[in-house]
Amino acid sequence: MKSTILITASRILHPLLLMFAVFLLLRGHNEPGGGFAGGLVAASAYVLHAMANGAASARRALRVSPHVLVGAGLLAALAAGLFSLFVGEPFLTGAWANLRMPGSTEWSVGTPLLFDAGVFLVVVGITMLIILSMAEN
Amino acid sequence: MTLTAAILLVLALAASAPILHRVLGRATHWLLAAAAGYVAARLGMRFSDAAAGVEIIESYTWVESMGLTFSLRADGLGLMLAVLVSGIGSLILIYAGDYLRGRAELGLFYSYLLLFMASMLGVALADNAILLFICWELTSLSSYLLIGFDHERPSARSAALQALLVTGIGGLALLVGLLFLGHVCGNYELSAMVERSATVRAHGLYVPILVLVVIGAATKSAQFPFHFWLPSAMEAPSPVSAYLHSATMVKAGVFLLARMTPILGGTASWQTTLTLIGGATMLIGAAFSLSSAGLKRILAYSTVSTLGILTMLIGIGTPAAIMAAVVYLIAHAFYKGALFMLAGVISHATGEYDADRLGGLGRAMPMSAAVGALAGLSMAGIPPMFGFVGKELLYEAGMDASPWWIVVTAAFLATHMVLFVVPLRVGLRPFFGNGRSFVNRPHEGALGMWLGPLILAVGGAAGGIFVTVIGERVVYPTVGAIIGMEQSRALPALKLWHGLTPALALSAATLIGGMILFSRRTAIVHALSRLSRFEQFGPSAAYERMLTGINHIATMQTRVIQSGHLRRYLLIILTTAVALIGLNLDSSFDMLQAVDFSNVQPQFVVVCVLILLGALSAVRSRTRLGAVASLGAVGYGVALIFAYFGAPDLAMTQFLIETLIVILFVLVLYHLPAFSIYSSRASRSFDATIAIAFGGLMSWLTLSAATIESHSRISDYFAEHSVSDAHGRNVVNVILVDFRAIDTLGEITVLAVAAVGVYALLRIRRRREEAGG
Repeated sequence: MKSTILITASRILHPLLLMFAVFLLLRGHNEPGGGFAGGLVAASAYVLHAMANGAASARRALRVSPHVLVGAGLLAALAAGLFSLFVGEPFLTGAWANLRMPGSTEWSVGTPLLFDAGVFLVVVGITMLIILSMAEN
Repeated sequence: MTLTAAILLVLALAASAPILHRVLGRATHWLLAAAAGYVAARLGMRFSDAAAGVEIIESYTWVESMGLTFSLRADGLGLMLAVLVSGIGSLILIYAGDYLRGRAELGLFYSYLLLFMASMLGVALADNAILLFICWELTSLSSYLLIGFDHERPSARSAALQALLVTGIGGLALLVGLLFLGHVCGNYELSAMVERSATVRAHGLYVPILVLVVIGAATKSAQFPFHFWLPSAMEAPSPVSAYLHSATMVKAGVFLLARMTPILGGTASWQTTLTLIGGATMLIGAAFSLSSAGLKRILAYSTVSTLGILTMLIGIGTPAAIMAAVVYLIAHAFYKGALFMLAGVISHATGEYDADRLGGLGRAMPMSAAVGALAGLSMAGIPPMFGFVGKELLYEAGMDASPWWIVVTAAFLATHMVLFVVPLRVGLRPFFGNGRSFVNRPHEGALGMWLGPLILAVGGAAGGIFVTVIGERVVYPTVGAIIGMEQSRALPALKLWHGLTPALALSAATLIGGMILFSRRTAIVHALSRLSRFEQFGPSAAYERMLTGINHIATMQTRVIQSGHLRRYLLIILTTAVALIGLNLDSSFDMLQAVDFSNVQPQFVVVCVLILLGALSAVRSRTRLGAVASLGAVGYGVALIFAYFGAPDLAMTQFLIETLIVILFVLVLYHLPAFSIYSSRASRSFDATIAIAFGGLMSWLTLSAATIESHSRISDYFAEHSVSDAHGRNVVNVILVDFRAIDTLGEITVLAVAAVGVYALLRIRRRREEAGG
């Protein structure tokens, strides 16, 4: 059963939700948000897509297989942890660098962001893995 | 070349072998063999230091807090084994390259073989007991990969598993033994333990240490009653058998006993234990070698017998016996390595595995015939072979072993008469007599197939001729590492010809007895075959029973613990929690007093009523969708409370999760049958009681936790350090990705594993439906 209202809403909401998810991820370190919440929002964007257009279409929209997302997320989180080992710090110690952006603002970028991105990917991957395979069943 | 560099070089080769194989193709094994040979030569050059009594220890700190150092020592004993391992390993690499030519996984095979070589070098050269144990276990693991190399055959897999389990159990025993030993000695360096040997022997833990170490050595060196894994391991490709099961891995146990001799040896219990175990192994191995038919099986049982002899000699422990053990070990490595490789060549060339169906191959395979003759003569103990020297020394040591010298010598004599048959059947008879027809037309293998065995066989002959030089350079430093340099210098020089001694008479008797046994073998084997009915009581059957028993127990306890009913799991978890926590509750805590209702705002009353109504409606609902939606309402209510009390992260996550869970439930509900009530009223009231008890307990806990005044609160620390240490103002997120990142890493890993599990279950279902419909 296809609902035109839902499809139209999903078309508009899908990119917005994804942008919001990335926004949550990026601001998570200082404001409410973070990889987990961001991942859930991103996943709900695709779930919405799946409800409107079907699971197969959502799988195509996702482009990569959920397995790959889970694996990539775990690797990213692990890499964030391993990075500190190379600098001679204990595993998972955050490493930070200050980036000077145009317009005299400074951004602190560090491995915790990479770690959070890993969490984000794992959450999206897991949610999509379970929901898509259930919806296809 | 430092010892560390030698091990690292071999490890590096192990890591790069598959790539080398892809790039260099068939030249790989020559390159790898050259490298291994180089290692052997460089290690061999260090014998002169060992002979002079200079011991260089290379030590690097590793895990200081646990007494674990990476320390290697170049004494005679370690060098002897290390040179055998790398030298014979080099020949095996050449052999394997041609034997397994064309196999897709050949590069991987080199890797396993080199990994094994590196671990064996570690066992030989380790000075730290824990390092020795680690390398010991690595040899078990790499031999598992090697024995099971033909992993598509079930018999190869089960043989590999058997070897791993048996040596693994022994490894555990050894670890405990070494930990005890380190505890008694106060450190884990073997060279330092020697100085504390008097303390060890007098200590109350001596007997446990002895038993545990001997179990470790006995499993590795296939001593009775653990001997059965070695013949099974003949499932391995011939290069593996020739390497692991003649010259190297099975010698590790004997090597360990020799290593432990200056620490644990010399007591009556040491001597009795080793002599009895070794003696039993020696006789049983010899008997089975006589009745076996397959080429490699005969050799395997004769190896078991030899390992028994070596254990027994170490048990006897006199300087003469130790020297005999060392010479015998070296001689055995040469002739048995050659014969194992030869067995592979013969089967490769003819397609025949049964020793008694071979004959007349000499014309087609002259090089192999030469190998068979030379190695066979050495094994038979015919002068001027190195094997002859070993056997003479053995008889002399046996006659020297008071007070049981008659028994010991008789046992040695009987064993050697039986073992005399082995080289006749494996090394000589296949090449003589009339030609027969085989599956394949007999042909000489490629250069690599006979070069290695030939070098070993010629080495065995040269060893006998240059025995005095070898004695000075190799044997005395090795013996000296076991019993002390002074005592080894007091031993007579090694000579090929000892004159007309009683030992020579025993050698002659061996020859005659062996010949008789060889000619009457069929009748004797027939008589022995009646013994096979006792096999069901043997250790091999016990091993099988143990495996099935473990499986049974596992099945049983899984059935009890994992019933598969969610309700039962919840009941167990909740009642246990209620019982354990409830019993320990502080009864003086007054719940009503702790709760302060004075500043409750009206909007909370509304939210709480909503939550309660949601919970009630979830319980009372007559449709699944209704129950799920009600639960969702409960979740949203809780999220509202989070949001109000300044936990926006929690609230946001809760909202998202509740939403997704409702969607997930709807997807699941779609597959479920219509709602109906299966449970009785009584069981529902029982569940309700448990649920209320648990809910009450949790409320109690939460409230009492809130009243506890803690002196140092971790949340204050986090709040203070969040910006300064972790560059983040959102404490919740900072905790997740920085302060407690390792927890998060664990959690996402668990989530990933669970998701893969769900996915797998769903796929099984779908596949079944596809198959069914």
